[in-house]
Amino acid sequence: MSDPFVELHEIRRQWDGKGGVRGVSLSVPRGAFVSILGPSGCGKSTLLRLLAGLEVPQSGQILIGGQDVTHAAPSARGLSMVFQSYALFPHLSVRENILFGMKVRRASRAAQAEKLAEAVAMTGLEGLEDRKPGALSGGQRQRVALARAVVAGHPLCLMDEPLSNLDAKLRHSVRRDIKALQRRLGLTVVYVTHDQSEAMSLSDHVVLMKDGAVQQQGHPEDLYTRPATPFVAEFIGDPPMALVEGAALGQAAAQIGIRVEKIERAHVDDADLVAHVEACEFLGGETRVLLSHPRARGLGLILTGRRELAPGTALGLALPDEHRVLFPAPGGQKDPQQNYGATDRQTAPRDGRKAPSQQTEEVSR
Amino acid sequence: MTDAFRIAKRRRAIHGWLLLSPALVMLSTFAFYPSVATLWASFFSRETRRHPSEFIGLDNYRFLFEDPTFWKVAGNNLLYAGVTIPISIALALVMALWANSKIPGKSFLRTAYFTPTVLPMIAAGNLWLFFYTPDIGVLDQLFGLVGLGSMNWLGRPETSLWAICIVTIWKESGFFMIFYLAALQTIPPELKEAADIEGASRWTYTRRIVLPLLMPTTLFILVNALINSVKLIDHLFILTKGGPSDSSKLILYYIWELSFAFFDSPMAAATTVLVLAVLGIVAALQFGLLDRRTHYQ
Ligand SMILES: Nc1ncnc2c1ncn2[C@@H]1O[C@H](COP(=O)(O)OP(=O)(O)OP(=O)(O)O)[C@@H](O)[C@H]1O
Ligand SMILES: [Mg+2]
Repeated sequence: MSDPFVELHEIRRQWDGKGGVRGVSLSVPRGAFVSILGPSGCGKSTLLRLLAGLEVPQSGQILIGGQDVTHAAPSARGLSMVFQSYALFPHLSVRENILFGMKVRRASRAAQAEKLAEAVAMTGLEGLEDRKPGALSGGQRQRVALARAVVAGHPLCLMDEPLSNLDAKLRHSVRRDIKALQRRLGLTVVYVTHDQSEAMSLSDHVVLMKDGAVQQQGHPEDLYTRPATPFVAEFIGDPPMALVEGAALGQAAAQIGIRVEKIERAHVDDADLVAHVEACEFLGGETRVLLSHPRARGLGLILTGRRELAPGTALGLALPDEHRVLFPAPGGQKDPQQNYGATDRQTAPRDGRKAPSQQTEEVSR
Repeated sequence: MTDAFRIAKRRRAIHGWLLLSPALVMLSTFAFYPSVATLWASFFSRETRRHPSEFIGLDNYRFLFEDPTFWKVAGNNLLYAGVTIPISIALALVMALWANSKIPGKSFLRTAYFTPTVLPMIAAGNLWLFFYTPDIGVLDQLFGLVGLGSMNWLGRPETSLWAICIVTIWKESGFFMIFYLAALQTIPPELKEAADIEGASRWTYTRRIVLPLLMPTTLFILVNALINSVKLIDHLFILTKGGPSDSSKLILYYIWELSFAFFDSPMAAATTVLVLAVLGIVAALQFGLLDRRTHYQ
């Protein structure tokens, strides 16, 4: 991972000043696996389509392999794409679907046969070459779309929620296939998803978007341990970070985030917070206790083994200083109290918060 | 098989027949019975005051095959079908592709193309009379401007059938375009995007993706166009009445003449049976041959 292979500079594409993406910058090293993550409608697909050349930015610049391709045709950008809906040609067999691009580019028959065999073996589609997409399962269709993208031999591959139509089990196995394929071929992949666990497990670099702008980007671990905003804190991780009103802990920050697994049980007398049990979820190896507190949300406690606590039981919690993440009040004058009770994942933006990286104030690491 | 099972099965069968019966009754009354009656009538001689109608077997068909007018009319109809079907389908496709692309004034374009379809054929005939009339018609006025002489498009044996063809094409292609437009709108836009990324030109995309996906529609339109090439003759009444000297006479017009101008209904029946047989065979061939090469979604 060295020179930036794909670069976006302040890309903007909106419809009547709404939707789309506004001012997104991004730099992807060669051979990286980058995930674009965010809730529905935040502009992930728009960003990918801008990269592919299916949409033209209103301002900004796109570079691929050092060349300015901002206004280049999709086919001139040397990339392949896996569509959310797969976009397989329904009247063509698997073989013809995979070879469509090579036929368009008039590759020799021998080269076609060789590439086809390779792609079919790689994606485990042997024996299905003569089927039409209509006679394939969702997972098989997905693999055909993947094979079609791979056979082009382009170094850059864009994927728009390729797994969203698959069931949970298949999703896990295809996810591993994609990762293995990417490694083997040394592909640079830009991968759109709204599933944070998918993004976290697959990628070297995660770009978390909200309302058309980047909230935070970086290594999955950065986003997990050092979220830049409460939005990031609540989007990343399962369970997401717990958020506590700063005043409740006697600190100046508007909100304080902490990973649930870092919260410890303490005696009620010297606890940081006293919360009440709402429910217990037994997950096999551990029990996740959901807690409620009037000035916090997402509070929880993880206990080993199977534990049964009656709802309403008061529990003392210790929030270790070194694991606290402080978020200053947005804009400075708003009462953070109003945020509580509603979850940030659904709410509209309360301000024009953009550059996220300076927003984090870490107590310690 | 238990009794209960047999009863259930019978009840299902009765249900099935009950559901079928309205269509069956209607079709029998208005399609099957008339067809069979026509076939039967074609085996009898014409009833005159002196000779009552009698069974003469296939004699009517023999007379028909010996009648040069029949062959002339059949030839006319073949040419008419051979010209109007491919041209109107091709035009419909081109117009649909155009009206489906991202151009300003798209909805105006669609309406404009569709207008001829909502006009009754008689009105269309009158409209075109206004174009074709010698000296005062629009065409002659235009030709007059560039210094060409007057031309009687409908009144000359060499041009009358072609003039009729043009009216039909004008009328039909807008209608077929609607079917193509509907079919084009079912093609997901991602297919175009996927083809774009693969570097396919517009033409390649059209030829390799769009046209094959339009095949079911084309087949449907083809059968319709074929039927219309026999059925749609209203404009003949306005424009040429089959003349001059049968040069623009089509088979259905001929049948109408036989039965309502010459009052020879057995001959008309025989001709009808022939037309039905030919149409049936051609439709079966079309479906049989093209179905195998057609992808249905
Ligand atoms: N062609 C368009 N015209 C108008 N608005 C659009 C258009 N395309 C996208 N938008 C708007 O831009 C915003 C971002 O859309 P986009 O498709 O990029 O979302 P997304 O992040 O991919 O969502 P999802 O996860 O649901 O696919 C949405 O609010 C959408 O309504
Ligand atoms: Mg999307």
